[in-house]
Amino acid sequence: MALPEPRTQSRGETASAGEPSSGMVRTLGRKIRRRLVSVPLLGWLMAGIVSVALEQALGARLASALGLPKIPVLFFLGVVKEPSLAPQTLAYVAFIYVLPCWLVARLATPVANAAASALLRLPLIVTAALHIALLYGSLHYWTELSDYRLLTVKLTLIGIILTFSLNLINGYMGEFSCSHPGFMALGAYGASLVSVPLFGKSVLFAGSPLLPAALGPYAFPVALAAGGALAAAGALLVAVPSFRTRGDYLAIVSLAFMFIVKSAVENTEVVGGPRGLAGQPDWATLPAVFAVTLLCIWIINNFVTSTMGKALNAVRDNEIAAEAMTVDTRRTKTIAFLFGAFWAGVAGGLFAHVLRYINPAMFGIQQLAEVLAMVYFGGLNSVYGSIVGAVSINLMSEMFRPLEMFKWIAIPLLLILVMIYRPLGLVAFKDFDLRTLFGPGEPEA
Amino acid sequence: MALLEVKSMSHSFGGLRAVHDYNLSIGPGQIVGLIGPNGAGKTTIFNLITGIYRPSEGDVLLDGESIVGLPPHRIASRGLGRTFQEMRLWRHMSVIEHLKLAMYSRIGYGLVGAFLGTPRRNAQEREFEDEAMGLLRMLRVDRHASQLVTNLSYGEQRRVEIARALATRPKVLFLDEPAAGMNPDEMARLIDIVRQVHQELGLGILLIEHRLRVVMELCQSVQTLVFGEVIAQGAPAEIQNHPKVIEAYLGGQRVE
Repeated sequence: MALPEPRTQSRGETASAGEPSSGMVRTLGRKIRRRLVSVPLLGWLMAGIVSVALEQALGARLASALGLPKIPVLFFLGVVKEPSLAPQTLAYVAFIYVLPCWLVARLATPVANAAASALLRLPLIVTAALHIALLYGSLHYWTELSDYRLLTVKLTLIGIILTFSLNLINGYMGEFSCSHPGFMALGAYGASLVSVPLFGKSVLFAGSPLLPAALGPYAFPVALAAGGALAAAGALLVAVPSFRTRGDYLAIVSLAFMFIVKSAVENTEVVGGPRGLAGQPDWATLPAVFAVTLLCIWIINNFVTSTMGKALNAVRDNEIAAEAMTVDTRRTKTIAFLFGAFWAGVAGGLFAHVLRYINPAMFGIQQLAEVLAMVYFGGLNSVYGSIVGAVSINLMSEMFRPLEMFKWIAIPLLLILVMIYRPLGLVAFKDFDLRTLFGPGEPEA
Repeated sequence: MALLEVKSMSHSFGGLRAVHDYNLSIGPGQIVGLIGPNGAGKTTIFNLITGIYRPSEGDVLLDGESIVGLPPHRIASRGLGRTFQEMRLWRHMSVIEHLKLAMYSRIGYGLVGAFLGTPRRNAQEREFEDEAMGLLRMLRVDRHASQLVTNLSYGEQRRVEIARALATRPKVLFLDEPAAGMNPDEMARLIDIVRQVHQELGLGILLIEHRLRVVMELCQSVQTLVFGEVIAQGAPAEIQNHPKVIEAYLGGQRVE
């Protein structure tokens, strides 16, 4: 699939020249932006910890003082559900989240910048471990206050794996694959078929676990890998006929594959058919999902930054030239496709163990729309884009949940706006460089 | 012994006879020119030898071994590098990434190395980078190494493409109209560079070119192709005055 040309000139540049009011807004915007980029990642993580601590200490009391029935679970996103409580909710968000972030940006930036530069002199792994620990810490304490939060965070992390693995195929390689829900289903059922008979309780199998529960934590990676491997095997069935030639074949074959998987599962009574499969053991804790997500980002990012992975970009931009420069294009495409499917399978396995119930209807066209939206909203060919896409679509989806059917009018409308103003997505073609990510912020000029 | 030998190669697209009984022999350090009017089949000959099409008849030997029927990437990694008339650069990749990618067949770290970022992978990536920088310096585009190719001028893009072909470590290099669309300055620089590359690396070169100046200055022998057949072959000066060549380019003389 051809990618649209990146737009060189932004619309704002031309429109605002003669209008003083929009010019002022732009200057203000630029000022805020400059202030934001001057804060290093370390600073934001510190602010996160402060916010979480503040909420743990004062959240409940503040909420009752403001007259809220309970603490706002997902920032201000509940406003859509309870518009009458909007001022109180916004006040809560301002006090718990915005104020600490603003204070950190204001006061702690020099300290955080100095710390970030000092950390860069240490081995990268130490710096990375510290950042990861801070991020995990704030997520852990934030999700402690509400099970709904915990579920949303887990599903968002799974969304990141899905988005990044699909971005590998649709963004980095420039093909158009529609079979991700199918791979997810294969992964979900594959992993469940390892975990449920051996460790879970299900009427479909022996009824009681075959192995002691103490082995569970070791078996979880095995179950996920089995799910991933099953998905990759399914991907081979799609890849062999589709990668003989270039074109729209993959889109059609992969779409068909998705429906085949769905109806195959619906008609297999051993795994519960359309009633689904329940009884997965409770393995998908936040640390487990978080660790798998990091592993996925690390491995896929290693791949796409190596010369072997850059071959995907070459195949996308000009396949004949890639072939003439010694690249085995068919092998490259097949490997990337299987690799993406593997991670979709792993995500499916996690998904099954988070919800502890799966049925074939979960892996249909709706799921496809969601994951495609995440990829194209966030940005093609980019790690940041995958994270931004997965997080924002997941949060928006929670925000618009009270709108029920109008949710799927609101989100596509936003998607259309993104496609008009940023045809490649919000943060496309941005390299993921740990040194810049962990380094000090840009100085305010 | 010749590096590249083409023996009575023919090819037709459906009923159209594109190339008929084509022969070629290039030794180390030899530059052969291939000229002819538009549509004569010059690029088709490139595509036949490099494996994009499979010749209907005849044989192609690289280093004494037949390469007919091999996929293009195999032929390329055996030592046949090429550039394209329409450049075919990868527009979302930087200059140095182009060259590193052309070393694809030499990657030794495997999939596991790529996934896990092993020290071996990092060492080889650095080796590739050093080699790529050397080639970029030779082609005088090293200062743009980390730029996207689309940010370079036309002449520079052409040179990046030659550097990319050289990064495959070819024994024989095919250049498809390297001077197309260049102004006289850029053309003079290109001639210098091709000559220098040729001297330093000792490659055999097959050159398709419309600009007579390039052919005259660089080639030791020239073939003229008309409707898929070689009608004249020889030193540049002979070819320039060959009656059949003049007829092909300017049309026949009507004798009243």
